[in-house]
Amino acid sequence: MLPQEIRENIQRLIEAAERPREQVINVFYILQKHYGYFSDEAVREAAALLKMTPLEVEEMATFYDFLYREPVGKFVIQVCDGVVCWMFHENSIFDYLCQKLQVCAGQTTADGLFTVLPTACIGFCDRAPAMLINGVFYGPLTPAKVDEIIAQLRSEHCDLVICK
Amino acid sequence: MNNQPELVLLKNRRPDRPATIEEYRAGGGYAALAATLGKRSPQEVCQLVLDSGLRGRGGAGFPAGRKWAGVKEDAEFPRYLIPNTDEMEPGTFKDRVLVNADPHLVIEGIILSAYAVSAGKGIFFIRPSYEMDAELIERELEVARDAGFLGGNILGSGFSFDLEVHRSAGRYICGEASAQVNAIMGKRAHPNKEVHMAHQGLWGKPTIVNNVETLSCVPGILRQGPEWFKGLARTESGAGTKLYCVSGRVCKPDVFEMPIGTRLSEILDLAGGMCPGAEFKAVLPGGASTEFMPKKFYDVEMDFEPLKAVGHRLGTGAIIVFDKNTCLVGATLNLIEYFARESCGFCTPCREGLPYIRDLLWRIEIGEGKEEYIPLLREMARHMDRSYCAFAPGAAAPVLGLLNYFEEEIREHLSQKKCPYKGLGIEFRDSLIPMEKTESTAPENS
Repeated sequence: MLPQEIRENIQRLIEAAERPREQVINVFYILQKHYGYFSDEAVREAAALLKMTPLEVEEMATFYDFLYREPVGKFVIQVCDGVVCWMFHENSIFDYLCQKLQVCAGQTTADGLFTVLPTACIGFCDRAPAMLINGVFYGPLTPAKVDEIIAQLRSEHCDLVICK
Repeated sequence: MNNQPELVLLKNRRPDRPATIEEYRAGGGYAALAATLGKRSPQEVCQLVLDSGLRGRGGAGFPAGRKWAGVKEDAEFPRYLIPNTDEMEPGTFKDRVLVNADPHLVIEGIILSAYAVSAGKGIFFIRPSYEMDAELIERELEVARDAGFLGGNILGSGFSFDLEVHRSAGRYICGEASAQVNAIMGKRAHPNKEVHMAHQGLWGKPTIVNNVETLSCVPGILRQGPEWFKGLARTESGAGTKLYCVSGRVCKPDVFEMPIGTRLSEILDLAGGMCPGAEFKAVLPGGASTEFMPKKFYDVEMDFEPLKAVGHRLGTGAIIVFDKNTCLVGATLNLIEYFARESCGFCTPCREGLPYIRDLLWRIEIGEGKEEYIPLLREMARHMDRSYCAFAPGAAAPVLGLLNYFEEEIREHLSQKKCPYKGLGIEFRDSLIPMEKTESTAPENS
């Protein structure tokens, strides 16, 4: 069940908009933040709130790479695989993260903390190789820096949610 | 010769923080707004921008004034202006730097441009990896609103305009104007070539989509005139300055504002030249959807027309530098992998053709290439012109560049039956379609 407070927030957002459909992505983000990913229940809630069919919601939700239709960890690590970052990947940050966390692309660590995803160029080519964790930028990366970042996230459990 | 070129877009850039509204105003900011709204007609503003020769900085290079003229005087209302900060072209990060350097220059440019086409509402479209910049813009919009530059009856001129931020959820195709409009309307972001945005764009109303770098040139043009703007360029055909983003194997990757038409060699010098020990091999001059340029173009003038004259494109002005130790087959594979994944899947040449090209490149990269793949690659890359929008021809550009200038490198892969450069191209193998097993290793029926 979606808590009443969140439901009302979304309803206010939709009512304030000239057209409800322009709020689709914002509503999706709010639901995703609440459920941890864009779950089946989130699809149904979004459809009801936005007066769309679940199929229309699905059509949108599966299009975008910052909306997760499958469960993800507390921290979503999006490793840039744009061509500039690729150039600096002699010791691939992506492979390194997967090995370190013992996951494949899209998988979540057993403790539910981390999901690793390759992602389209994130626009930080001047600080390659780079990655985002829940929307926060990190770069230029080395395996040692990655170790440091992961250790910090593990110990501090900070609420690092900018874009998730 | 003037050694210190005039900065227009990044003159307020600071190492640690964005310029405030006070700092922007101290340098003449918002003066153009006060001198324009209600004092010059929108048609005059359009004409000045047309005369200035300003061309779109988002990749296509279409003259901004002509785009605006697409909204006829008797076109219906409301009209919309969409400042495009999607910036998904790999290698491009100029808009992020620009927004962070001087947010109020961007905002003033947007308001003036909205005035030129009589738009009442603007929607600042921004990609999710720039969330911090989206928040910055929202804060600064509030500041501009408090100063009376946004909202109803701006500066008593009778012109009303407001701007809001639209957060995207990713995908390269959202940078294309009609796809972006669909995205804002809460539809799947497919391009739409059936209607003209200037006639039937957002919500079926006249809509102008411009890159934010383009819009940020407008305050200067209105304050100092079209001739001044033209004079900023180093080329006869060019106008203004350009934000060149340099990345790859250079010492100081960064955004450099230079007169448009500055030579590639000079821009690379600004970026500190090649990394220690690295030797120049090629650049992509304007992001991922332009062709590789080898050393013979080292002194080319980085402007629309000079590049076109030698068969290349300025694109977004994002210069990606490759050195002699980087495999260009691998780099092209990475780019095609990107485009194949980002294709919206709407039309067949793009959806099916790009994975086909990717597989050919991959076979070559891992040493399983054959001679006949070379003409096949060329044919497939040329067929990308048959797709619905400009995405697939853009995706084919690096493949054509590879074939046109680095065929020898492809042949080295064929003759050595491996990548001569340590095979960097298959780093992200999990996201590639697995190759079918060759017959000799396939399990036999017992």
